Amino acid sequence: MSGPLILGVESSCDETGVAFVRGNELLGDVVASSVDEHARFGGVVPEVASRAHLEALVPTIRRACEETGHKLADVDAIAVTSGPGLAGALMVGVSAAKALSWALDKPLYGVNHLAAHVCADVLDHGPLPEPTVALLVSGGHTNLLLVRDIASDVVELGSTIDDAAGEAFDKVARVLELPYPGGPHIERAAADGDPQAIRFPRGLTARKDLEKHRFDYSFSGLKTAVVRWVQERQVAGEPVPVADVAASFNEAVVDVLTAKAIDACRTHGINDLQIGGGVTANSRLRALAEERCAAAGISLRVPRVRLCTDNGAMVAALGSQLVQRGLPPSSLDLPADSSMPVSEVKAS
Amino acid sequence: MLLLAIDTATSAVTVAVHDGDRVLGEHTEVEARRHAEILTPTIERVMDQAGRRPADFTAIAVGVGPGPFTGLRVGVATAVTLGLALDVPAYGVCSLDAIAQSVRESGMTQDFLVATDARRKEVYWARYRSHADRVERVSGLPGVDRPAELPEDLRALPVAGRGPLLYPDSFGQPLEQGDVDAGSLARFALGELAAGRELLPVQPLYLRQPDAQPASAQKSVLAR
Ligand SMILES: Nc1ncnc2c1ncn2[C@@H]1O[C@H](COP(=O)(O)OP(=O)(O)OP(=O)(O)O)[C@@H](O)[C@H]1O
Ligand SMILES: [Mg+2]
Repeated sequence: MSGPLILGVESSCDETGVAFVRGNELLGDVVASSVDEHARFGGVVPEVASRAHLEALVPTIRRACEETGHKLADVDAIAVTSGPGLAGALMVGVSAAKALSWALDKPLYGVNHLAAHVCADVLDHGPLPEPTVALLVSGGHTNLLLVRDIASDVVELGSTIDDAAGEAFDKVARVLELPYPGGPHIERAAADGDPQAIRFPRGLTARKDLEKHRFDYSFSGLKTAVVRWVQERQVAGEPVPVADVAASFNEAVVDVLTAKAIDACRTHGINDLQIGGGVTANSRLRALAEERCAAAGISLRVPRVRLCTDNGAMVAALGSQLVQRGLPPSSLDLPADSSMPVSEVKAS
Repeated sequence: MLLLAIDTATSAVTVAVHDGDRVLGEHTEVEARRHAEILTPTIERVMDQAGRRPADFTAIAVGVGPGPFTGLRVGVATAVTLGLALDVPAYGVCSLDAIAQSVRESGMTQDFLVATDARRKEVYWARYRSHADRVERVSGLPGVDRPAELPEDLRALPVAGRGPLLYPDSFGQPLEQGDVDAGSLARFALGELAAGRELLPVQPLYLRQPDAQPASAQKSVLAR
């Protein structure tokens, strides 16, 4: 085994993640989630998440050490998500990482959560092909990125102009009285439904929208369309075919996600597509992306599901790329930046 | 022995290093919104000035509030992580007790109140009694209340903390001690430990339930 030993810390949303990575190899990855505490509210409650991070912090670091047999003193550098995310949640991880950096006298890298999602796949499939187009789909974000260098050159081609894709799954799940987080439940319900049963709208795909928003997404109109469709059935006194609604909604989301990603590859003459983020767990998204990439001669990379949701491994993986390229560490007074732009891979 | 004392429960970020006899170095920064940015750099600076290294610590004492949650967690997260990384014990101190310690050190002999900003028109408060060798919180766990709703006899006491500055109509004469200073926190912690009294667990004294408002909620439209 070779390469620097990196400790990664993640606390931007509702998962406290700590992991050890050496080079591009994942050695151990521990995640504590507060998702169950948010379920009854139908979404992440920031204060609940922050409290849970603080409680989980030391036990999670300890377990990561135990699982890998590494001591904290062994690490060559510490990487932490410094943004974007929930400010109060980020501050817990950032404070801990700074304490580690100073106590152990090891460099600190504040990294971008979105770039880290894209970078997770180096742990499964090795260094990213560069340049690559990356589609990031999670509970809080939906972005199409042009990645020329994951450590230093990430450009946003487009993003959602309203809800994130995962957020749309969560909201539609509530409409259909499925539990939170909605993605897995919609997917399960969709398995028995017909994805072609209802033609829900594909946001920002009309010709006039394509001029200004070619690589942008919009999911709030889709959500409204689902609400209206369901209400109409009810007014008419008809039963709501939940499976068909779920399948048709799921199809609408993944259709537009993949279509624009392929378009971005073609437009920029790039034959590699990387997908990441929690919604990547969706099997229909994986299947349709595979099908369309194959047809377009694009090679697709998708990490295993565990690496798609929030975790410390992806943060350590990105930290490792920064260290391997000899980039300077962040300063010890780096802030938790809740709206860190995706073009800023590393905090100064 | 070398104790690191930190507190982020008020608008100040404050750090002190105490060797068992005296404070070797201390720094307080009043920067309410940048606790997470400046705490560790402040620790580094105080330690460099004291000529000590991280591995020299034998214990950590941290203010566990009550105080605004986001800033408070910065100190607590830093303390527990340092404790883990350096393999030294970390102790919690009620931040109001640290303010009370500095009031006692200024020569106060009668009972007094500490009232700090709890936002939402409320204060965190506790009543203290000065003894020859220590200060004692005599009102139990700190309260969180609207100043005007505190009993008259409490409000008539001398009051430290920012409460009387924010709500001059509700309190008597303010004392000069407004925010926590870590030197007092260190002396308070060492005094309690020397006397064999227990300090607090290193967990925030939240005293309030979280506001349970998810960022985005969508109602069900299915009929029931
Ligand atoms: N099988 C699935 N199909 C569709 N969506 C899914 C599936 N599994 C999870 N999701 C969605 O993924 C989201 C969670 O992903 P992730 O943990 O990456 O996001 P996050 O951390 O909340 O947001 P961000 O990373 O943007 O801060 C949720 O919105 C969830 O509904
Ligand atoms: Mg995420």
